[in-house]
Amino acid sequence: MHDIAFTLNGRPWSLRVEPRRTLVDAIRDDCGATGTHIGCEHGVCGACTILLDGEPVRSCLMFAVQADGRALRTVEGLEKDGALHPLQRAFIDHHALQCGFCTPGFLMLAVGVLERTPNISDEALTDVLSSNLCRCTGYQNIVRAVRAAAEEMAP
Amino acid sequence: MSKAVADAPPRLAPGKGRVLGQPVARLEDGPLVRGRGLFAADVNFPRQLAMRVVRSQIAHGRLVSLDTAEARALPGVVAVWTAAEVSDIPPIPFRATKVRGLEPYCQPILARERVRYVGEPIAVVFAEDAYIAEDAADLVVAEIDELPVVLDAAAEPAEFLPGNSTEPTIVRKEYGDVDAAFRAAHAVIELDLSVGRHSGVPMETRGAIARYVAAHDVLELHGTAKKQHWNRDEIARLLGRPPTGVHLFEGHVGGGFGVRGELYPEDLLVCLAAMRLDRPVKWIEDRREHLVATNHSRQQRHLIRGAVDADGRLLAIDDVFFHDQGAYVRTHGARVADLAAGMLPGPYRLPAYRVAGHFRLTNKTPAATYRAPGRFETTFVRERLMDAIAVRLDLDPIELRRRNLVTEAEMPHVRPVDTLGVDVVLDSGDYIGLMDQALAQFGWDAVQRDLTARRAAGDCVGAGLAFFVEKSGLGPSDGVRISIDATGGVELVSGAASVGQGMETALAQICAEALGVDYRRIRVVRGRTDRIEFGNGAHASRVTVMSGSATYHAALAVRGMALDTAAQLLQARPEDLAIEDGQVVRAAAPGVPLIALAEVARQMGPNSPLMRGRTPGLTAERWFYSEHMTYPYGVHLALVRIDRATGEVRVEKYLVANDVGRAVNPMMVEGQMVGGFAQGLGGALFEEFRYDERGQPLSTTFADYLIPTLSEMPAVDVLIAEDAPSPLNPLGVKGAGEGGTNAVGAAIAAAVDDALRRPGAIVSLPILPRTVRRHTEEPT
Amino acid sequence: MKPAAFEYHMPRTVEEAVAILARVAPLDGRVLAGGQTLVPAMALRLARPSHLVDINRVAGFDRLDVRDGMLEIGPCVRHAALDRSAAPGPLGRLLGLVQPHIAHHPIRTRGTFCGSLANADAASEWCLTAVALDARIEARSGRGTRSIPADAFLLGYMTTSLEPDELLVRARLPLLPDDARVGFYEYARRAGDFAQVMALVTYAVRGGVVAAPRIALGGLESRPRRMAGAEAAIVGRVPDALAFRSAADAAADALGPTEDPDYARTLATTAVLRALAAAA
Repeated sequence: MHDIAFTLNGRPWSLRVEPRRTLVDAIRDDCGATGTHIGCEHGVCGACTILLDGEPVRSCLMFAVQADGRALRTVEGLEKDGALHPLQRAFIDHHALQCGFCTPGFLMLAVGVLERTPNISDEALTDVLSSNLCRCTGYQNIVRAVRAAAEEMAP
Repeated sequence: MSKAVADAPPRLAPGKGRVLGQPVARLEDGPLVRGRGLFAADVNFPRQLAMRVVRSQIAHGRLVSLDTAEARALPGVVAVWTAAEVSDIPPIPFRATKVRGLEPYCQPILARERVRYVGEPIAVVFAEDAYIAEDAADLVVAEIDELPVVLDAAAEPAEFLPGNSTEPTIVRKEYGDVDAAFRAAHAVIELDLSVGRHSGVPMETRGAIARYVAAHDVLELHGTAKKQHWNRDEIARLLGRPPTGVHLFEGHVGGGFGVRGELYPEDLLVCLAAMRLDRPVKWIEDRREHLVATNHSRQQRHLIRGAVDADGRLLAIDDVFFHDQGAYVRTHGARVADLAAGMLPGPYRLPAYRVAGHFRLTNKTPAATYRAPGRFETTFVRERLMDAIAVRLDLDPIELRRRNLVTEAEMPHVRPVDTLGVDVVLDSGDYIGLMDQALAQFGWDAVQRDLTARRAAGDCVGAGLAFFVEKSGLGPSDGVRISIDATGGVELVSGAASVGQGMETALAQICAEALGVDYRRIRVVRGRTDRIEFGNGAHASRVTVMSGSATYHAALAVRGMALDTAAQLLQARPEDLAIEDGQVVRAAAPGVPLIALAEVARQMGPNSPLMRGRTPGLTAERWFYSEHMTYPYGVHLALVRIDRATGEVRVEKYLVANDVGRAVNPMMVEGQMVGGFAQGLGGALFEEFRYDERGQPLSTTFADYLIPTLSEMPAVDVLIAEDAPSPLNPLGVKGAGEGGTNAVGAAIAAAVDDALRRPGAIVSLPILPRTVRRHTEEPT
Repeated sequence: MKPAAFEYHMPRTVEEAVAILARVAPLDGRVLAGGQTLVPAMALRLARPSHLVDINRVAGFDRLDVRDGMLEIGPCVRHAALDRSAAPGPLGRLLGLVQPHIAHHPIRTRGTFCGSLANADAASEWCLTAVALDARIEARSGRGTRSIPADAFLLGYMTTSLEPDELLVRARLPLLPDDARVGFYEYARRAGDFAQVMALVTYAVRGGVVAAPRIALGGLESRPRRMAGAEAAIVGRVPDALAFRSAADAAADALGPTEDPDYARTLATTAVLRALAAAA
């Protein structure tokens, strides 16, 4: 067992984990933050996407021990002081979710990318949003929502 | 006012309402965008055990022995069960078939003497956590004597069990004099067409969490979906408990699409274990399991013949098809084959029809419904036939359809055939009118000119269309109870379920419109057997039609009660009053609130003097019944480009036109169309469960089972028509869940043929690059 | 899909990493870098290493710089870092063409160049790049450091000449001459999928004719490789459609046995033609 510490949405956590415990299992089951979902556990669907020191990563493809000393952000950290993040708001306004299972992964993917590249081109945005799978929406409204939020987030 | 008119059920006035028909934001979204949903894996109970299923790695064989000693010895393992431990539990029953004789083909919850597909549960492990459970499952050693596999449903049937062949039934339907029609035909067109095996594959895998609450003698099952009441009754029956001692709970469901919420072996196993081991038991399917364990769908081969007169008018269709059911007959019985047989004629005037659907078992994952079951397949088959007829008779494919589509004047159109046990009566529609609207919106003529120019420039491009008829609103009944509490909050309890489609918002909109309250103040309760006695769940595009109509009636009843009470309090006549935004007002002066619904509800409480001698509460339950289904319809148009060298097909432009009678929330209807299209696109070009010659599945990860990403999606345009409201329900609605998927394979196949300039080239789905490549010329 | 148990090691220096690997290699110890190939294999329990040596915190392993005409890539340099700005001139341009084809954005933020080589997937873009440009791969163990040419490193499907106790400590890609043209083509079923076929070409035009051509093909055989016949077919010729066609045909002629030879031939020809055209 390994003792690790990280911050999740700014809050410090200390855990004792088995090396094989995946980061997503630690976030969900040890920290109780079940907003990050598990869709495939082999790195294809993107439902478990979180931000690791600001970069979108698949949390099913990392072990919790590897997150020692790192800053993690998940969907639960997007809302600030009762106000939804512009992306959350845009997902509602543009009907970018149906069942909502893939939504946290898409939100964190988009947050991570837009924070670094607020003026992302359409082509680059298509490439980025092709990273994750959605089975309900056909993606069209996800693109619209992210585009709308990008405009709001741009400085 | 005559008696008859007074008794006629009220019908909602046509047109957009204050909230009904408006693209309002969904009630569901708040928790979901915050990561506060409650999906199956989010459910946890103290002291819970993790269940892991040991699955057959052999497609067909005699189960000689199972050695579980090493697994049992692993620290953290609480129990390991094989068939011997669950021999008292009957196999999974049917809920949706009238076909007799299917019982020998039911799936046991753990394999007994035989294994019949890779992925079949043969043992289960219960352990302290999911990691240990998987370690232990790996230690279970199965000795299986391999037997020959059946992988082709069109091959001669084999023996399933002594005395039972792998063809339990043939679904036959027939009307008219088919043989005479073929004898008299100007031309007969024959095709051999196949649809590949694919399925719903929701982003959330299945999950089941059971606990037995001894204090109340109640068994709870969480993580459920779709058919809670039926599943509750069956679980109770199979475990020998009264239904009141079993309750099913629905949290959030990460996509249904037909496959979620059926009763599977794992549901029974967690329930049984929670009782026997006296600890909560949690099972979460992993993705590799999902791809071999959850229902597959679609795989059929059709040998279809069409007889036409010299003008291209259909005289008869004679279809023989082979339905690949997989290894067992699950809860749906022969439903998909029945739907295929019943819905194949689609939108066309067809004087004579004969179909024989060979329902056959193979050594693959069992199959059942997937969004537009039996229709995705038969629309492909029927529209391929129509395209082939057009070619044979040298007719424009649109003109050919125009000649054969049932006209508005012929509605309602009775087809002497049944499906799902109810007669097919096409209730309403202006098929030709919608086709014309769709052609205009797509810019068909301009597209044709553009195609000519692009072909001249060397592009391999083409366009195609396909017409479809859907079915929705399967009865027979659904009930809704609406209550207003003393704060003015409205609770709507429905026997339906949510699979993420937005039913809470839709029902709230209908309730709000009828009742006169803000839809955001309505709490919709669904998928819970402890809150309403009966329910029929969410499937077959039935919720908006059935539960929506029940909601409308219940809301009107509550409104009437509220106005009666308010009239007493205000000493007014109820007919002079109305409800606006939760306030009772004078109809003549709607801006002036007289009394709040909250106050009316208080006055109707059990201790109120007003209620003395009456049943208290501002609450009403109403039921809606329907003998017939309602039939949405539409047309899909596709423009594709082919890379001649690789054979890659890209859809450049797409239109889904669909008449849904009335769109309760156009934003959500459009979402259904576009999302439905994406699934159809998967089935048309990408998704396929493949097997090798020994029955080993080859599509067991998301790297092999190819779900379209954003990059594969074209811009999809949607035409939502409300030209033909259904006469069968007070709202005029028809289901909107499946029309986006129905005709995708058919329309893309037509467009690919057109691009290749080879009519009839595409005879199977999915359309694979190497197949297309065989039809193209040398790379340029 | 939970991985089997393993012991975890997190060395801070290369010496420590090599020492641990030497100890655990005989026990089926494996190196963990980006984990984007190994961890899925562990989740599927196709890989069950008893030890993992996580090199992500080894000092200096994320170094990426140009030295002596070579781009030196440390073992923890992520795919995302290998964009156009990673190297001057045509090599940077080439990396910028290739990198976006590797899986998806969140994979590119974690997966590493050297990890791709060590896993030797037949459809890996970086393996193709490495053989096309004659990359040198440095392997270090208790026995010292050796430098292996990419073609000798990539032996076959998911097989390399790396010994179990050897740690891949650096890959070196030669810079391309200023007049080098570069082209890359890939066909995958979906965005980010493994390539059905891919071709990478570079050549110069000197005195109006093709000089120093390199043509590599991947995705069809068990490993990517340079197509000598294709290079021979084009060197010294005017870079026109006819010459490109000869090169493409020569590449297809040299294909080994494949599942569907006709389709493989078409894909090979197409990929080489399109990569050459993109470079022109």
